[in-house]
Amino acid sequence: MITFKDVSKIYLPDHIALNNINLTIQPKEFVSLAGPSGAGKSTLLRLAIREEQPSKGQIFLEEQEINHLAAKDLPQLRRKIGIVFQDFKLLSNKTAYENIAFAMEVGGRTNQEIEEDVPRVLRLVGLHDRDEHFPDQLSGGEKQRVAIGRALAHRPTILIADEPTGNLDLINTWDIIRLLLKINELGTTVILATHDREIVNTLDRRVITLEKGRVIRDEEKGRYIL
Amino acid sequence: MLTTLSRIVKSGWLNFWRNRWLSSSAISIMGLTIFVTTSLLLINVLTNSLVQILRDKIDISVYFNLETTEEQILETRKSLIDLEEVESVEYVSQEEALEKFEEKHQDNQLLMQSIQELDDNPLEASLNIKAGTASQYEQIVDFLNGSQYKEIIDKINYRQNQAVIARLSSITAVLQRSGVVVSIILALMAVLITFNTIRLAIYSSREEINVMKLVGAGHWHIRGPFIVEGAFYGLVAAVIVLIIFYPVLWLLSPKMTAFLPGSDLFYFFRINFWQILLLQIAVGVSLGVASSLVAIRRYLRD
Ligand SMILES: Nc1ncnc2c1ncn2[C@@H]1O[C@H](COP(=O)(O)OP(=O)(O)OP(=O)(O)O)[C@@H](O)[C@H]1O
Ligand SMILES: [Mg+2]
Repeated sequence: MITFKDVSKIYLPDHIALNNINLTIQPKEFVSLAGPSGAGKSTLLRLAIREEQPSKGQIFLEEQEINHLAAKDLPQLRRKIGIVFQDFKLLSNKTAYENIAFAMEVGGRTNQEIEEDVPRVLRLVGLHDRDEHFPDQLSGGEKQRVAIGRALAHRPTILIADEPTGNLDLINTWDIIRLLLKINELGTTVILATHDREIVNTLDRRVITLEKGRVIRDEEKGRYIL
Repeated sequence: MLTTLSRIVKSGWLNFWRNRWLSSSAISIMGLTIFVTTSLLLINVLTNSLVQILRDKIDISVYFNLETTEEQILETRKSLIDLEEVESVEYVSQEEALEKFEEKHQDNQLLMQSIQELDDNPLEASLNIKAGTASQYEQIVDFLNGSQYKEIIDKINYRQNQAVIARLSSITAVLQRSGVVVSIILALMAVLITFNTIRLAIYSSREEINVMKLVGAGHWHIRGPFIVEGAFYGLVAAVIVLIIFYPVLWLLSPKMTAFLPGSDLFYFFRINFWQILLLQIAVGVSLGVASSLVAIRRYLRD
């Protein structure tokens, strides 16, 4: 599904954010990326969506080497991946419905597909009665659910979530995690970066632990150990 | 393709509408630009009509000796008309000259009497010559002095008018040239301010642009709505300026006419209403589109 081969990322002038990362994630896996703040989790995910380029090494997504993609091929890549951020990153002048529809539009879906799919996605994330609301009019948990809905717009085979619960309270956190599990059950690979011990331990899935830019532990059914 | 276009237009329209209070600064700047452009156009019309009035006031008259025959004068006229510099030549016969004289001096008993006492018509036939531009009179006079017609010409009143003609010709030249320079400077300033306003508006959307990229939007999906929004700024600004211009001209035009007889701005405005509206919209929309296109370029580089 996704493979990192000898990947390093050095921020100029000399900050080594990732140091020689090797890992492979299989289709339909649910992987937690754990580690303390500054360990390099976000950096790893940014490389996977080509928001940044590695200083060294290769990254493959479904056989395709993505680290040398031309700028014009980036939209195509990003339509294969659903992305969720800690700070939601919704388009503030679009409603919940339009945020999701926008992602479908840029993916070239027909109007009919969009009219059918957006309500379906909204129902999946539990927001079918909030479709006309703008991000400012939604709670944090609701915003994150819109963001997850948008990430699903392209029907991605892989969903990348960087601390999606970082800004949420306990109840909303578990709502989001349950939603991610449900999406995973429906067949999507999920990569979840978090430094929340509770979440990692409860999930009882594969855990990759990073520290100071290195993979220090990679276990099936892992626990959060530091 | 068509769906993409309609989505882009719709999205641009929604952005415009939802930001309408924020948009108002861009619109007012753009309106200012269009206002300046339209004013420059109208001032140009005024200058031209002023130049025209001045030009109509200048002519030179060639007076022929009393014994000259009408054929000779008409022949002179013909060769003058053939000159490139000459715009029109009007023939005033002796009789016409007399009529004009009598008409002009009908209240002056003494003059009238003395003229009626004469047997012959003392007034000379003349040609009134108008040139294309004021600077060409010199050449026309040179032509006449150097030709075979010199014999039959009594006098040319150019010398008397020369100073006036020279002054007018330099004034009209300065007027037109400075008009062009001022127009270019003002228009350039207006364009730069508009561009900067739009650049600022797009700068404040850079985070959104980045988000659009991350959800897989292609360049046109990102750029399109901004361009449409820019076009709407231009459109609305053009309409607002037109709405302002109409009553202002209606009020101002009569005063202008009093000052510069023969010019009627409001009339010009009404006659060319659609062309002006079209011009304003063209200026506004192209300015909005071009500014957005340039301003967003740097955010699309990867
Ligand atoms: N654009 C950048 N320029 C320079 N250094 C950076 C940049 N982005 C990240 N870093 C550095 O790289 C290291 C890894 O950062 P990263 O954001 O990947 O950490 P993280 O594991 O996601 O932490 P957190 O849990 O706090 O989100 C940090 O030390 C950070 O300071
Ligand atoms: Mg992070």
